[in-house]
Amino acid sequence: MTTALKRTPLYHEHVAAGARMVPFGGWEMPVQYTGIIEEHRATRGAVGLFDVSHMGEFEVEGPGALAALQHLTTNDVAALEVGQIQYSVLCYPNGTIVDDLTVYRMGAERYMLTVNAGNIDKDWAHVTKSTEHVKDAQWRNSSEGTGLIAVQGPKAEALVGRLADHDVTTIDYYRFARGTVGEVPTLISRTGYTGEDGFELYAPADGTAQLWKALLGAGRADGATPVGLGARDTLRLEMKYALYGNDIDDTTNALEAGLGWVVKPAKGEFIGREALEKVRAEGLRRRLVGIEMVDKAVARHGYPVKKDGRAVGVVTSGSYGPSVDKYIGIAYVETALAAVGTALEVEIRGQDKAAQIVRTPFYASKVKKAG
Amino acid sequence: MANVPKDLKYTREHEWAKQEGDRVRVGITAYAQEQLGDVVFVELPKVGAKVTATKNFGVVESVKAVSDLFAPISGEVAEVNGELGQKPEIVNQDPYGKGWMLVVKPSSKGEWDQLLTAQQYEELIAQGGH
Repeated sequence: MTTALKRTPLYHEHVAAGARMVPFGGWEMPVQYTGIIEEHRATRGAVGLFDVSHMGEFEVEGPGALAALQHLTTNDVAALEVGQIQYSVLCYPNGTIVDDLTVYRMGAERYMLTVNAGNIDKDWAHVTKSTEHVKDAQWRNSSEGTGLIAVQGPKAEALVGRLADHDVTTIDYYRFARGTVGEVPTLISRTGYTGEDGFELYAPADGTAQLWKALLGAGRADGATPVGLGARDTLRLEMKYALYGNDIDDTTNALEAGLGWVVKPAKGEFIGREALEKVRAEGLRRRLVGIEMVDKAVARHGYPVKKDGRAVGVVTSGSYGPSVDKYIGIAYVETALAAVGTALEVEIRGQDKAAQIVRTPFYASKVKKAG
Repeated sequence: MANVPKDLKYTREHEWAKQEGDRVRVGITAYAQEQLGDVVFVELPKVGAKVTATKNFGVVESVKAVSDLFAPISGEVAEVNGELGQKPEIVNQDPYGKGWMLVVKPSSKGEWDQLLTAQQYEELIAQGGH
């Protein structure tokens, strides 16, 4: 059985640009245009344009919206101001992860949630069913009508600024504003998944191609380059940003995944709170760490991690990091062996290759911190 | 259309083989490196190792994926391209030249004729490479 792959509003732009299209989470997406390493470097050195329209957007509105989100998510939504964004997690009652997401406070009683493309149907069922008891909260799935372009890199602010109808330098990290960019009505969000400064631009699906062309045209002199999912993955790997389906899923809990900073039991009840409180009290059995290969070899998702021949964990992501020029990875390892500097082995095609735990992010973050 | 030099022979798994006197030089095709994308790691046997036609002799890894390498011909490894250890990207830049992988001293003569001609290989990749 095969299901038809979905296409973003920019599908024809990608094909015309000669992108290699691949299936990803039910979508037909560009994995690369010219080459993953070149696109990675263009993002760190100038500015990369990413079609992330496959991501899902849900809206929830009404006097009960805050209560619904407090019940669903691990972070404290009450701390959000209008115009502010929060990274958060949806958990199952046992503390494992339904999805990671960003929560936007759009108005006094209105929020938007951005979720992973491959999880849209699962998340929609989860959020609506889990909040049936909450009165006065209306849910809307606006995924299909919404396009999303990430503009990331040291020249992102100048590029978006030239096309926007107001001053984007005033938008702080994890804040957003409404405006037009390239004359397209856009929600301008200072967020991203690369470790670079930049924006994620939400636009109506039928205006997304116009926005893409405006950014490419106005960015040509800056070296603006379309970037595929291949480089999106190496960029996020160098930051040790978790990828759902690789590093986090319904078998990993939010605390061992290193997401304790968005788990706020003090706010009150939420799905998974009890289980996560128990994990916290008993101590973590394993932790998600960054590893660097000492022997020349590439660690990949699913490879066993060992200590003196004994299995002590598993690699969840791994590749070559173009900006650090090393073979790097993310892995779960037993807590007692999770300290920076610990020597480990990764079993690669039957051979144990030396690796060590290193400080993360692998590449220093350049995001604009609120000042 | 990827470059397919006429004077080489090919495998269905996208390796090329070039007769050089009594030895055979081996690498991967332009089509293969295009499909792989940026090559970041190449694992090859040592000089003196035996390789067997159609059997795995090493691994090439791109940013995204791991692919096995298959020997076009059986024999003993006479030379290995050590430069690929430091600069695996040469496989992308010059797959038929500086990006070569092995030189093999063949142990049997019959296998050469089993390999695909340039024309047969062009037909294979025109059908999507399978």
